[in-house]
Amino acid sequence: MKYIEEFGRKADILKLADKIKKLNVKASLMEVCGTHTMAIFRFGLKDLLPKGIELISGPGCPVCVTSQEDIDKMIAISRKKSVIITTFGDMMKVPGTSSSLSKEKANGADIRIVYSPLDSLDIAKGNPDMSVVFMGVGFETTAPTIAGTIIKAKRDKIKNFYVLVSHKTIPPAMEALLSLGEIRVDGFICPGHVSAIIGSSAYENVARRFKVPCVVTGFEPVDILEAIYMLLRQKQKKEYKVENQYKRAVSKEGNIAAKNVLNEVFEPSDAVWRGIGTIPGSGLKLRGEYSRFDAEKKFALKVRPARSNRNCMCGKILRGVSKPTDCRLFAKVCTPNKPLGPCMVSSEGTCAAYYKYRRN
Amino acid sequence: MCLALPEKIIKIKGDTAVVRTGTLEHDINISFLPGSKTGDYVLVHAGFAIQKIDEEEAKRTLKLVEELQ
Amino acid sequence: MDESIRLAHGGGGKLTEELVKKVILPYFDNPILRELDDSAVIGPIKDKLAFTTDSYVIKPIFFPGGDIGKLAVCGTVNDLAVKGAVPLYISMGLIIEEGFLVKDLVRIIKSASIAAKESNVKLACGDIKVVERGGADGIFINTSGIGRIIADVSSRKAKPGDAVILSGSIGDHGIAVLLARKEFKLRSSLKSDCAPLNGLVARMLAVSKNIHTMRDLTRGGLGTILNEIAQASGVSIEINEEKIPVKEDVKAACEILGLDPLYVANEGKLVAIASIRDADRIIRSMKKNGYGKGSSIIGRVTTGMRGKVILRTGTGGKRFVDVFSGEQLPRIC
Repeated sequence: MKYIEEFGRKADILKLADKIKKLNVKASLMEVCGTHTMAIFRFGLKDLLPKGIELISGPGCPVCVTSQEDIDKMIAISRKKSVIITTFGDMMKVPGTSSSLSKEKANGADIRIVYSPLDSLDIAKGNPDMSVVFMGVGFETTAPTIAGTIIKAKRDKIKNFYVLVSHKTIPPAMEALLSLGEIRVDGFICPGHVSAIIGSSAYENVARRFKVPCVVTGFEPVDILEAIYMLLRQKQKKEYKVENQYKRAVSKEGNIAAKNVLNEVFEPSDAVWRGIGTIPGSGLKLRGEYSRFDAEKKFALKVRPARSNRNCMCGKILRGVSKPTDCRLFAKVCTPNKPLGPCMVSSEGTCAAYYKYRRN
Repeated sequence: MCLALPEKIIKIKGDTAVVRTGTLEHDINISFLPGSKTGDYVLVHAGFAIQKIDEEEAKRTLKLVEELQ
Repeated sequence: MDESIRLAHGGGGKLTEELVKKVILPYFDNPILRELDDSAVIGPIKDKLAFTTDSYVIKPIFFPGGDIGKLAVCGTVNDLAVKGAVPLYISMGLIIEEGFLVKDLVRIIKSASIAAKESNVKLACGDIKVVERGGADGIFINTSGIGRIIADVSSRKAKPGDAVILSGSIGDHGIAVLLARKEFKLRSSLKSDCAPLNGLVARMLAVSKNIHTMRDLTRGGLGTILNEIAQASGVSIEINEEKIPVKEDVKAACEILGLDPLYVANEGKLVAIASIRDADRIIRSMKKNGYGKGSSIIGRVTTGMRGKVILRTGTGGKRFVDVFSGEQLPRIC
């Protein structure tokens, strides 16, 4: 497939791996994005890197960091009358306090998986007597698509479409993680598709304030290896700037039209990241003119504060402090079949990646 | 987080484009990319085109494999 | 004859008789079936027999490349064939929802009969029940099958050094059916690969006595089946990603929806584990059959991590192919 396969040629990969080795630089690099964690495993890239390079998985898995309360809220809505829940497939098996969307569906709730939030709007149009609620999860790549859908709903005068807003943003989380002071990171591998929207300039604060190199990159092997090389070069030269490896899809300013749509519908808010806690300004909430689409306003929801399994280490894993193999529950009690925490159930959760690709 | 696939625009009608990979086609929203043309390759995520793929930059990224020192 | 199926059609009386005579017999006529007694009498058969059963509940009932009728015959024929049996007889139980259109039933039965003819199996017996609206999703079909064993193959017999042979592209059926459900609005000319494979298997068994294992790749896909073989035989299986054929549309649909082709269902593909000495000869014979043109060696059975399946990626790395738990769900991450 075009623009995919050209960036996965074995000869190029081996050349880059060799150049990385010749740099002879040791470093701890964090891949912020869950899709990067998966790609690194899927392409077997860790096997190609020299021993001195450690790759730490970060909190960029929107499914993993959706708060347990938000899952419980969605489950509560699904139990109400005349409601159709629509969601990305990723959310179906995530455990709430005592249930999941998948379990509720088995119990008779009308829960439908969609590929695009626009499909959810079509379902609303086709079912005027039902309240159609979309679970709005995802970072800055996805949030504009929900914003665009809400604008379309307003324009088309759709009265039965709602969104449970649980979107979060990346740069504040990166800053919060470094502020915690728990980890030492020599560089960030920054998410390519989030950056296609927000632009590479969005990381300048992180780089400058914490003196950490940042490289924006794509998801094919050549992209990731080039980015690792660039980060190591920066460390070698004692630089800490933002570089863009993914120039075919990312510019400095990002996608202005998408950002405008995002800002039209949403404004920043505080958000609870599962396993991390509240990060100020890292979430999105609907602006006043669009508040009628807010599922929380429509359904007066009361959910109890979340309790999670005491031995679940997802928090530490999301913050890059621990590895899945450090967790007592990993692969013994907590498996993809019976996940106890979000890191295992998400298709790009760190624990799921380790379980699938590297259980030794 | 973010599965997005480069797909080729084969038809445009207002805010909607038909994109194709192989013989697989679907309709997407291109309101984030005004000025899109048939023949453009765009990154598609959740039914929206989020960015146009720049062919020249793609070539340069591949050249970088040799050029990185 | 009514336009739609009514509860009385399953009652065992005149209407049932009319349905069998007007819809089933025209397509499935043979002396055994025509007896229409409480049991069919078959045999005598002196060889060991293979006996299998499967139920078919697919939605949508009609999909590009087939329908539930064709599937019900091919699925059971294939289960017999890959166990080293020549398929002889099948039974067919229909559970039909009240209101189902007779013309749709005729279409399904006709399709099943064409598959049966191609597989050279006879319908020996059957049953029709009708349930109230909502009691079945249109139509459910159960088929059982009996075959004559001509080779000893088993998931337990894979040996280190054996070749892993795949008969063609993976994921066609699962993706074709998913797209036909129209939940995701992807349009493609992709067709299900639903097909009877007993002809293909006969060719393979004719050229080699060293085929140890054969499995048809249905739900759960190639990834699941290889894991079952690895565990049953206590061996390790290594496969090469580059050698596994995946059609471009399947690849694209999987990328868009976030699915892994290794776990997507197939209905006309098999995997065989055979002595490496016979592998090339087996593949040449497979390519002579219409359903085996894409056959190739995709890997080897090894020692090492017993019970595990390891994939060598196109980029030179290695990873496990784990047992997949449950259903794959489309995703954005």
